[in-house]
Amino acid sequence: MSADSLLSAVGLDSLPFDALFVGPFATGLCFAVALPLLGAYLRLRDEWLAALAFAQTAAAGALLAMLAGLPLVAGGVGAAALAAALKNLFDRATRGAQGAFFALLLVFAWAASVLLAANLPLAERMAHALFDGQLYFSDNAQLLTASVCVLAALVVLRVLSRRLLLAHFFPELLRASGIAAPRLAFDLLVAATLALATMSIGVMGAFALIFVPPLLAWRWAGTWRSGLLLAVSVGVLSFAAAFALALALDQPFGPLLGGLLVSIAAVALLIPARRETRGQTAVRTQPPAH
Amino acid sequence: MSRQPAPLLSVTALAAGWPGARRPVCGPLSFALAPGEILGIGGANGAGKSTLLAAIAGSARIFAGSVERRPGLRLAHQRQLPPAFAGVPFNGHDLLALTGASSAGLPPWLASRLALRLDTLSGGQRQFLHLWASLRAPADLVMLDEPTNNLDPAGVAALEVALRRRAADGVGLLLVSHDARFIAAVCGRVLQLDAPAEAPPDDEFDCDSGCDSGCDSGNEAGTSATASVSLEERR
Repeated sequence: MSADSLLSAVGLDSLPFDALFVGPFATGLCFAVALPLLGAYLRLRDEWLAALAFAQTAAAGALLAMLAGLPLVAGGVGAAALAAALKNLFDRATRGAQGAFFALLLVFAWAASVLLAANLPLAERMAHALFDGQLYFSDNAQLLTASVCVLAALVVLRVLSRRLLLAHFFPELLRASGIAAPRLAFDLLVAATLALATMSIGVMGAFALIFVPPLLAWRWAGTWRSGLLLAVSVGVLSFAAAFALALALDQPFGPLLGGLLVSIAAVALLIPARRETRGQTAVRTQPPAH
Repeated sequence: MSRQPAPLLSVTALAAGWPGARRPVCGPLSFALAPGEILGIGGANGAGKSTLLAAIAGSARIFAGSVERRPGLRLAHQRQLPPAFAGVPFNGHDLLALTGASSAGLPPWLASRLALRLDTLSGGQRQFLHLWASLRAPADLVMLDEPTNNLDPAGVAALEVALRRRAADGVGLLLVSHDARFIAAVCGRVLQLDAPAEAPPDDEFDCDSGCDSGCDSGNEAGTSATASVSLEERR
């Protein structure tokens, strides 16, 4: 069955874009679900910079893989996973300096990418593509990988969620229960998802999707669950809008998605969040004594 | 003839400190805790009160002695510093569900606010709710570090009631506090860790032995010497 007849069969033949783009749309949609969810937990751990660091590392790894004649995905995922493992070693060795690792990793990966691009013309073109994203060129293999990735992320997050929350709100209780905080497992999940996302939607798009939706959701949501739902909703709707806009305007997808999300964030953050607070304080004033 | 219940916890000649330290912060200490008992741990800053709790929880270094927990003991431990609540979409129901604590028995001034985000509550309300989540978690032994921080007199009074009720359920309680009045009001016994004396020579302890676990509590390492200890019955 061709893509056109499949679309027709499911009633999607009136979509505003060609069937050629259904695969790329579905691929990006997977990441639009997974990245905001991961971003919420990264934000909880105050590790949002990890998103940019892992994405940049994945891009550098993909460039190296290309030069070595290896699959880009293998290079990107491998480099990001190695960075996640190193991060855990760094955390143990430098207690209290955890945040520094992501800044160091970001600078290192950035420097490596720029050096490769400056010296090799092919690497320069690929670096440009990895930064902007090449979602419209993604194939069925990438769609399959993205689908498996988002399913794995949902399952693993479901398993790890309570422990991640306990590690933030009740670290001693978690430790006293003899349960280890799931640091490495979570870091590997984030690194692998970001690496795959970087191969499709680029460094900029991946970082925007993992950072901005949770930022907005945390401002408006009243509970953890509603925060996750809101983050995913913002991610999916922004992705769909950016995808359509990029096609209609013939513009690169990553920068459009980033610009759209930042515009939404700028407007939303200016609107004061209405929350019920603990109540009005009654104030009495007394006239000064004479 | 009634049999004494097996202790929840037996601490024998314990000297404990932080990983990487050359000397223990507290000890040697010996005591036991029975089900339903509330033991207070008092003393000056730096006497090793929090270190003692961490050693019992298995996250501090044991230099000498032993900590024996009753087999299958479920332990809840709450640290002194509260976590960051600001900006996180988390309400009271979320917090209690996380530890499996019931909201039954919460003071009315807090029970009515469970649906609010934690970052809209006052510092004292957040502290009480955080304490409640640990105190009412499924556990046989609950250890609370400076639980009266940020609480007003009404909050302290409500906490005292909650602690007595929990002890009446057969749960053992270890309370660290510098608030002598609070300790005297709720604890059956008090372990008083006195201010640290002069540091002993560096070679007094063999620092290459007996590190129990990989702790990442981030406490200052080895800043005080062995404290002197007194244990008094309050009633």
